[in-house]
Amino acid sequence: MPQHCQRGRATFVFLWTIVAALVLCCASPAVADDRPLPDCAVKLDAGGGFEQFRGKVLYVDFWASWCGPCLLSFPFMNDLQSAYGPRGLQVVAVDMDEKPADAAAFLAKHPVGFAVAAGPNAPCATAFGVATMPTSFLVDRNGRIRSAHAGFKPGDVDGLRAEVESLLAEKSGS
Amino acid sequence: MLVAAALILGAAGCEPVQPWERGDLAKPQMVLEPDPANSALRAHTFAAREAAQGGNAGVGGGCGCN
Repeated sequence: MPQHCQRGRATFVFLWTIVAALVLCCASPAVADDRPLPDCAVKLDAGGGFEQFRGKVLYVDFWASWCGPCLLSFPFMNDLQSAYGPRGLQVVAVDMDEKPADAAAFLAKHPVGFAVAAGPNAPCATAFGVATMPTSFLVDRNGRIRSAHAGFKPGDVDGLRAEVESLLAEKSGS
Repeated sequence: MLVAAALILGAAGCEPVQPWERGDLAKPQMVLEPDPANSALRAHTFAAREAAQGGNAGVGGGCGCN
């Protein structure tokens, strides 16, 4: 085989390896985690904090009104709450807006059926380890963070639902 | 004294911006390219006239959301 052909094939393989690596690393942004829910105070609009949901599976989402992917995730979180709420799921959206009025205007435009913690909640975001906006965390019935999910794309929905279902199937204390 | 003041003020630029502190950066008026289509057209015209292209790339602002 001519040498230039071999070089061409090597370049081809190298480039496809990079493409495959990028696809693999970006296709599953959910990262397994296992640590207790950080001891940080959030003030839910309905009163109280995380403690009132003891024994439930929590989907904790850090969002802000200016964040486009956060807006995309809101209909999904509404669906999640209505579909799995009766089985023990609680969605908690933790607002990270620096100006509370921005969040209030956003929520007036996009009504939600889940719990919202008014912002800003910077100490809590630091304690959870929020690396990008939005970031969501799935917490099991025993109060342990089981996975972290950076960003939101419509293609993530099926994976997240499967994770929620598997956590709901677990019994408290197991 | 001036050098110390400059160093202290400059050090403020080393403070990392947290993901949730990008609200102002996400505003439409913070976009470096307010009209990407028009800029692309201008770049194309420039490349055609000058017989040269590239060198006009730069990093942008934005919310850094995922």
